[in-house]
Amino acid sequence: MRKKRLFSQIAVASAIALVLAACSSGEKKASETTLPEVAMMKSLGAGEGQVNIVAWAGYVENGSNDPAVDWVTGFETATGCKVNVKVGSTSDDMVALMKTGEYDVVSASGDASLRLIYGGDAAPVNTDLVPNYADIFDGLKSQQWNSVDGVAYGIPHGRGANLLAYRTDIVNPAPTSWGSVFDANSPYKGKITAYDSPIYIADAALYLMKTQPDLGIKYPSALDQTQFDAAVALLKEQKPLIGEYWGDYLKHVASLKSGGTVLGTTWQVNINLAQSEGVKVEGIKPVEGSTGWSDTWMISSEAKNPNCAYMWMDHIASPEANAAVAEWFGEAPSNAKACDLTSDTNFCTTYHAADAAYWDDVYYWNTATEACLDGRTDVKCVPYSEWVKAWSSLRNA
Amino acid sequence: MRSSAATWMHKRPKMRLLALLTAPGLWLVVAYLGALGALLITAFFTIDSFTGNVVAQFNLGNFQDMLTDPAYRNVVLRTLGIAISVTLICAIFAIPMAFFMAKIAKPKNQKILVALVLTPLWASYLVKIYAWRSMLEPHTGVIDWLLGPIGIHSPGFGGPAIIIGLAYLWLPYMILPIYAGLERLPNSLLDASGDLGARNFYTFRRVILPLIFPSLVAGSMFTFSLSLGDYITAQIIGGKLQMLGNVVYQNFSINLPFAATIATIPVTIMALYLWLVRRTGALASL
Repeated sequence: MRKKRLFSQIAVASAIALVLAACSSGEKKASETTLPEVAMMKSLGAGEGQVNIVAWAGYVENGSNDPAVDWVTGFETATGCKVNVKVGSTSDDMVALMKTGEYDVVSASGDASLRLIYGGDAAPVNTDLVPNYADIFDGLKSQQWNSVDGVAYGIPHGRGANLLAYRTDIVNPAPTSWGSVFDANSPYKGKITAYDSPIYIADAALYLMKTQPDLGIKYPSALDQTQFDAAVALLKEQKPLIGEYWGDYLKHVASLKSGGTVLGTTWQVNINLAQSEGVKVEGIKPVEGSTGWSDTWMISSEAKNPNCAYMWMDHIASPEANAAVAEWFGEAPSNAKACDLTSDTNFCTTYHAADAAYWDDVYYWNTATEACLDGRTDVKCVPYSEWVKAWSSLRNA
Repeated sequence: MRSSAATWMHKRPKMRLLALLTAPGLWLVVAYLGALGALLITAFFTIDSFTGNVVAQFNLGNFQDMLTDPAYRNVVLRTLGIAISVTLICAIFAIPMAFFMAKIAKPKNQKILVALVLTPLWASYLVKIYAWRSMLEPHTGVIDWLLGPIGIHSPGFGGPAIIIGLAYLWLPYMILPIYAGLERLPNSLLDASGDLGARNFYTFRRVILPLIFPSLVAGSMFTFSLSLGDYITAQIIGGKLQMLGNVVYQNFSINLPFAATIATIPVTIMALYLWLVRRTGALASL
């Protein structure tokens, strides 16, 4: 009797679970590599009163980190759209957050944007509704990671390189190469850090590209199996050197401050934050070049506040806001007019905003696919899902 | 009006039972077992390798990946090791503390002691772990600053740090059940044991321990299961070390089915643990 009842309870539970699972997976079932049809906004209406944003740390500042750094309050007063921001720590985080459908806008890097577009999570952007789009550098428009067949899926935000951070008072001599974070005899063993995301495999690939030309790596996001295995092997060798992998930028800054981390990959904004707290730390682009990002403001296909979302995209692309965010984060602005508005008049020169040559050895994050992104057709490349598995395996070994 | 409804209910015991149990029953089946079931089913799905969307197509690939990659065997063993160590450490600290609270402290102080044991639970989990982060920080942390001069150094971030942090966090969950168990233990038994010539340790081993064993098991279920599922402590003070929860956390955003597959491991371990506990008979005498 008791067993029978238990059995029927379990039967009911699993039936319900089946229904739940079917509901949750029913919406987006097919494995689409075709472009999902998502409608484009036709005209702009009144603001909804709020906008929910997923952004990189430092992209949406309302003065709470530094009272002088604020390009949100003005927007809120002018449009009546209250800005709610959720900071994503990795591209994978951001993709997952956007899949919930609870956010309107995202600042997606190249390794997230295509996934969002082909996953049906991002909508094409009607650039006519974004007046400031006209002033964006032409070199950033209609790129592989922010458009499909000439249709824009977002507003370019800015670009930058992942840097090598080092504590100037501890690391001596100053490093010039990524080799310093892969050196098995490093005196800073246990105090080196790396970015905690599968995309970090691209950093290893970049180093191999410059130091082992035999492998024939042309682009760190396009790795065939041999190249991929070599990059993962390099990261396995690196693991004993690592003290902590960082995903949370605040913890990373705290670690740089305490000296728990003295060397490793970082973003300019982390350097700026640490320096503002008096930490003797510097960030450089090493001789091998860097991986980097070119970010895009994208709108969700399920945006509940599309009008405020468009207003935000126009605002953040405006020369004033773009200059402010670029200067705070430490990246090259995307709006050509922003260069006249930065408080440091040399800012755009320092960050090479219009200097195409500087970006030659910056390899933007991209979503690795089976079809090699560097144009090779004789081999299959390792897709990003395998990068994820390899990274998970590496981190847990 | 109200009283007539009550009269109506009073005459119909089955309706009464239904009204009482529908809400909790639904909660149990839908929210609790339903979630577990959905988890189990998702574990057999896969994802589109490009967009990361879940594809509802039955396959065993996730389990194959999990079982063939030695990394996941290591993380299971590591997590088990941590959970067992935390449970043992909690038991070692909790038994004397609970004994003092229940048997030695004056009755009016007992309540104060119970309150004191509970105070750490008032503070946020995160605050406590970040506090441990600044305690354990190598070279610049509180432990190195305070105990460095006498030759004791912080273990740094890693496995030992996780064990210390979790043992600190879950200690109250071990003390309280043991305290409750000891309170029910009549003092006369201890006196009798002493009168019959048993030394303290012998009394502890042959009289106290068997009688508080069910409480110990109850406490261990908390400390063990809480440690098994934890990932935040490992993130903050674990250095580069990962536990099972971290694997789930790392994968759920990119590969939900694989995260679900990993999540079946702690469920299985806990089921086995509860089954073992049941076999000892400790659950019956709780």
